[in-house]
Amino acid sequence: MPWRLLRFALSRTHPEPRMFTRPARLKPAYDVVIIGAGGHGLAAAYYLARDHGITNVAVLEKGYIGGGNTGRNTTIIRSNYLTVEGVAFFDESVRLWQDLSTEFDLNLFYSTRGHFTLAHTDSAMRTMRWRAEVNKHLGVDSELVDAQSVATAIPMMDMSCAGHAPVLGALYHAPGAIARHDAVAWGYGRGADQRGAEIHQQTEVTGIEINDSGVVGVNTTRGRIATRKVLCAVAGSTPRVAEMVGLRTPIYIHPLQAMVSEPVKPWLDPIIVSGSLHVYVSQSARGELVMGASLDPYELHSTRSTLDFAEGLAAHMLDMFPFLSDVKVVRQWAGMADMTPDFAPIMGKTPVEGFYLDAGWGTWGFKATPVSGKTMAHTVAHDANHALIEGFNLSRFGRYQLTGEKGAASVGH
Amino acid sequence: MKLMPCPVNGLRPVSEFFYWGEVRPMPDPDRCDDAAWADYVFNRNGAPGIKKEWWYHTPSGTWFIAERDTIRDEVLRTWLHASPEAEQQ
Repeated sequence: MPWRLLRFALSRTHPEPRMFTRPARLKPAYDVVIIGAGGHGLAAAYYLARDHGITNVAVLEKGYIGGGNTGRNTTIIRSNYLTVEGVAFFDESVRLWQDLSTEFDLNLFYSTRGHFTLAHTDSAMRTMRWRAEVNKHLGVDSELVDAQSVATAIPMMDMSCAGHAPVLGALYHAPGAIARHDAVAWGYGRGADQRGAEIHQQTEVTGIEINDSGVVGVNTTRGRIATRKVLCAVAGSTPRVAEMVGLRTPIYIHPLQAMVSEPVKPWLDPIIVSGSLHVYVSQSARGELVMGASLDPYELHSTRSTLDFAEGLAAHMLDMFPFLSDVKVVRQWAGMADMTPDFAPIMGKTPVEGFYLDAGWGTWGFKATPVSGKTMAHTVAHDANHALIEGFNLSRFGRYQLTGEKGAASVGH
Repeated sequence: MKLMPCPVNGLRPVSEFFYWGEVRPMPDPDRCDDAAWADYVFNRNGAPGIKKEWWYHTPSGTWFIAERDTIRDEVLRTWLHASPEAEQQ
């Protein structure tokens, strides 16, 4: 055994872990408590410290860092949405993404691949043209391309999709990218940690204390914390936490499943989405095909996987790529998606003073990680909604002013 | 394949069914205010629990109510909306 290793093993003063410190106990009070140490919660902690100088922050996580939907999505990043609010918001996110690896000094494997949303019908072509024009108008790089361009870009694809869904064209979005999702949470977590925020894992919030003036404290499995500001960034657990402050929301939970194949040689450069065939697929840096489909058809608060899902998705994958018939699926999993009626998030201030929501992330949360962290940090620091999230406030439902983000996830709704 | 007990057709694959959300009382639209109506239209009880839900068996055109645990995904019982069992609820 090398001498250095032996000395390290016998030493009583181990250096801090590579990524995070693990604070031994909760302090009695914090300026801000963030519930949920996923990408969104950690990003908010990071920007609170970096941009607003607020470092007396606790991020509470009932499981482990990035173990929820941050580690369960299919890592696609794009901004080719349909509403003005959505495009502006997600475009800012794409801009932030591009510098993150450098900012964190951590390789996120951010890889710009180009993103094709296939159209198999005339009506889908019309929608793609609509999205392309909205995107172009707002300065986002999107265009409608014909079938020949798709065939040239993806030569391995059966353009007839087994004869029953021929590809007529696609919406092409050049900035479409993928990234290593765990690293995003780690990068934000480390950055927040280095700046003084505390991350407490295995600390579940059991209740939130409010009085006439708003939030006054948070009860956890490790004791009570006094705080005036709570940011809820818990995706599929949002209704449970909202219930703690008596807040009613339109959020409902459906599982979203995904799976990956065994690693194969690189053959698929762009990200492919087909709404008609309920498929989205990309090839990771490791060579695995990362595949997803539509939401499970009914409410469920569980992350179980089903054979129905794997069979259905595999069948549609083979319609597009028949040569994959011998490739094996090695993992499948599910996340709990917090869906909203208009497929837009619910962000910002709420009727409960000091309780901020970063929720309703359904099937579109991962790509928004940087911008949601940044805008929520601003919102919490100034107790005023950031301009980019005005259209996403909970109060829009009471005014019947929905955002109508039909470009949200390209499949399933 | 998950099976769902239809009150008319017995155990059938869940893919034959359509889920239509929790059974909720509708306020009288002529009497309630805008806020109460918006609450009914948009807000949901999204927390987990044992819930009564509308389900539809597509091939036979049967609407019914299922009582289901939304954490364990276990259907506890099902009944037709207008059955005597429903009256006891």
